[in-house]
Amino acid sequence: MSGTALDPRTAPTFPMAALTAMGDTQLRKNVRHATDVIQAKRARVVNEMPDWQALRESGKQIRQHTMEHLDYYLEEFEKNCTAAGGVVHWARDAAEARQIIVTLVKGLGATEVIKIKSMTTEEIQLNTALEAAGVHAYETDLAELIIQLGHDQPSHIVVPALHKNRQQIREIFKREMNLPELGESPQDLADAARTFLREKFLRVKTGVSGANFLIAETGGVCVVESEGNGRMCLTLPETLITVAGIDKVVPRFADLEVLLQLLPRSATGERMNPYNSVWTGVDVNGDGPKAFHVILMDNARTEILGDLEGRQTLNCIRCGACQNACPVYRQTGGHAYGSVYAGPIGAILTPQLQQMHHSQSLPYASSLCGACYEVCPVKINIPEVLIHLRNKVVKQNGMLNPEALAMRMMGIIFKSEGKFRAAQRLGRMAEAPLVRKDGRGQGWIGWLPGLLGGWTQVRDLQSMPEETFRDWWEKRESSKKQGVPRG
Amino acid sequence: MSRQISGRPVLRVSLFITCYNDTLFPNTGKAVVRVLERLGHTVDFPAGQTCCGQMHWNTGYQAEALPLLSRFVEQFRGAEAVVVPSSSCVAMMRDHYPKMAEELADVKLKAEVAELLPNVYEFSEFLTKRLGLEDVGAYYPHRVTYHASCHGLRNLGLGDGPQRLLKAVRGIDLVEIAGLEQCCGFGGTFAVKNAEVSSAMLAEKTTAILNTKAEACTACDNSCLMHIQGALHRQRTGVQTVHLAEILAGDEVGA
Amino acid sequence: MASGMIGSAREVVLGRIRAAKGPAASAEVVQAGWDGVRRDYQRSARHSQAEVIELLIDRLHDYDAQVMEVARGEVASAVTKMMTARGVRRLVVPAGLSAELLVEGFEFVVDEGLSAAELNTVDGVVTECTVAIAETGTIVLQNVPGQGRRAVSLVPDYHLCIVNVANVVETVPEAMDKLAPTACFATTFISGPSATADIEMTRIKGVHGPRFLDVILVG
Repeated sequence: MSGTALDPRTAPTFPMAALTAMGDTQLRKNVRHATDVIQAKRARVVNEMPDWQALRESGKQIRQHTMEHLDYYLEEFEKNCTAAGGVVHWARDAAEARQIIVTLVKGLGATEVIKIKSMTTEEIQLNTALEAAGVHAYETDLAELIIQLGHDQPSHIVVPALHKNRQQIREIFKREMNLPELGESPQDLADAARTFLREKFLRVKTGVSGANFLIAETGGVCVVESEGNGRMCLTLPETLITVAGIDKVVPRFADLEVLLQLLPRSATGERMNPYNSVWTGVDVNGDGPKAFHVILMDNARTEILGDLEGRQTLNCIRCGACQNACPVYRQTGGHAYGSVYAGPIGAILTPQLQQMHHSQSLPYASSLCGACYEVCPVKINIPEVLIHLRNKVVKQNGMLNPEALAMRMMGIIFKSEGKFRAAQRLGRMAEAPLVRKDGRGQGWIGWLPGLLGGWTQVRDLQSMPEETFRDWWEKRESSKKQGVPRG
Repeated sequence: MSRQISGRPVLRVSLFITCYNDTLFPNTGKAVVRVLERLGHTVDFPAGQTCCGQMHWNTGYQAEALPLLSRFVEQFRGAEAVVVPSSSCVAMMRDHYPKMAEELADVKLKAEVAELLPNVYEFSEFLTKRLGLEDVGAYYPHRVTYHASCHGLRNLGLGDGPQRLLKAVRGIDLVEIAGLEQCCGFGGTFAVKNAEVSSAMLAEKTTAILNTKAEACTACDNSCLMHIQGALHRQRTGVQTVHLAEILAGDEVGA
Repeated sequence: MASGMIGSAREVVLGRIRAAKGPAASAEVVQAGWDGVRRDYQRSARHSQAEVIELLIDRLHDYDAQVMEVARGEVASAVTKMMTARGVRRLVVPAGLSAELLVEGFEFVVDEGLSAAELNTVDGVVTECTVAIAETGTIVLQNVPGQGRRAVSLVPDYHLCIVNVANVVETVPEAMDKLAPTACFATTFISGPSATADIEMTRIKGVHGPRFLDVILVG
């Protein structure tokens, strides 16, 4: 993976990108290991909660309720945040959000900023825009630092560098931090990051963050993290700029009692992540930055809101549990999704954020096994949304392509018993030239043409038996009527 | 209910065989009939049945799937119990039929779907939940591992029902597979649209099956099994796949 | 940027939202909707206070924190013991910290707006907390006397937190109830020392925040 940002508009289709990713043995081993570990940790801390299902239901209802009154809660947040000394900006799309941030940073005369890991800033490719404006952004989350120094791209919502192992990380740090003697234990690597970044934390005057939750009732913002880099960026700079999707708002402070239980257990398999920060505007007692800006960004979220079936996508709290549980992600890792949002949530979120103009192969990047829905802390029915989006893709593609023609033909066949029986007979005739008998006389097909070729790539197909079930049933019924003993 | 078998009512079971079992796996249907009749129930087979619409619906061809709903209702209207030897087809009906009826804006159909669905059972579910059985008098002297299909496991909540049925089979050597809850990679058209990924998922599943040293892998869904069997045969492993119904149909008389 | 443009983005986004989900609802309707959210989860303690304290200690041990349980009169000696064991000498404290915690033999620097660089030179920090959550092993600090600014409990490498057992609750919802009146104060939930699992999912303690966290339970 090169340093070019993951961009759904230019990304190859999922099957193509998956093919590339699956050729990387090291990546596949790293992804399998990481997802196995997080899944086991999650299962342990979820199973110790007797009220987990009740929490999930409340989480879902809180998020649903928020979306139903999104305008109300955003206005309430704006009012309360402003009253507390924050400055609220609105952005229709990624370009506008980038422009607001770049203008603010340039206005401060800053040439560098420190950043907390934020998928929203990845979504809008903020770092590229800042660099273009002559501002260097230091990623301070360990994984994001690995990605940035390795000129790589994030492959997971919560653990963006999960596709890299310690030896690969050591190589990056040795090279980029100029540490030829660096050891390869995770502790050595984390210590190197601590030393590398501490000086930046103490020096850089502008921080940029995302947000986990915007609290309408108080105008406060909540950021959840583990390393303390988040606290550094939120507390030490003179100016803090937070960019958040409009979907990040929650009605009340008390709602955090649900979301702060669901998120850490689902995301990292911890009972609580090491640090949650909540701050409200600018602190009058001089705690933290003197200036606070928050950008409320749409960037196609309102399109998703307008689609009744797709709307639940916005309930996502970015825990990444669906990625860890997904058997497809397990094979491909995140980059194959061509978007900073990978895995099952990415397969539904990305095409919708692209307003179905790009990423049309993503809704098909799932076996619909339902593991994602099972672990989702706010009960997003991802398979249901995938099917809904597939329908949109089918409508876009029209009915003249081979798949659609075949599907339409099958549709006509299933509408009549007679046509179905004729198709069964025809199928038996059509497959005959491809069938080979094994030692027991069972027929097998080892090669299929066209669209079905994918099947026989690694599988044989059993040939159709001489007699269908309904033929057998009819014979049996008629012999019963004639009084012949059945056998 | 006039007739009873050892205190339990005799049911008239309508069999929805499903399109692919009808065409490719008639032995599964025969096994279902054998088990149900051995238990004293009667079976009928509405002749006009074809397909539940799952392939179309799940691939995004909603318009093609919708007419199949009314067809299903016409065929099975008033059935005492509908038994389906395919967990994914039952999941299709439970998860999507109410919404499809809604979409068709057909009030009568909606009511009929609501009335019919509670009587639709996946085969193992019918035995364990409706009939409350575990031992159905089967004999199957082989080493077997059970694959939990995702739709059975998650959408239908079959739990350990199928395993309880298997444990009660005489002669069976039932061995648990590692990664029971992990998808085999079939996923309908996923297997051809994302053939590479599907194959990789399948490789993990067949490895797990081979590690059990079983002679056969069973499931409540021939679609997963067709996919698994495809690889087990391609690799000439000698391991068979067999639908749960075919194991439960085995008895010492037939053996 | 021109303020007119901000205004227009605001109106456009709010307009899109209303077009997507329907017109603005009244405060009463929104309130009723929020009240209607099901909350069947555990919202109060299931265990006795003694069991809750046990649970908190267990959870803190999980995070490798050192924990001491002492009676009210023994706090000073416990503080001395903890800090001696950790080998710290010079500590920053927030204004308003109980005087009994400023024990002999150590240098205490009261935070009156120290710079980050200055905070970076002390060995550690001593604070109290607003509430502690047993189920998750969390202590919650707010910007109030005795707890101080967020940077104070962040930059030094060692954090000693004095927890009054009266402030220990079992569940997260109970803690949120306690915090509600001061929800607007800068608030930090701390669960163990700073940590990461970004490298091969191996948990490593101490990245940027304090690498060592100790707790003294007083009650």
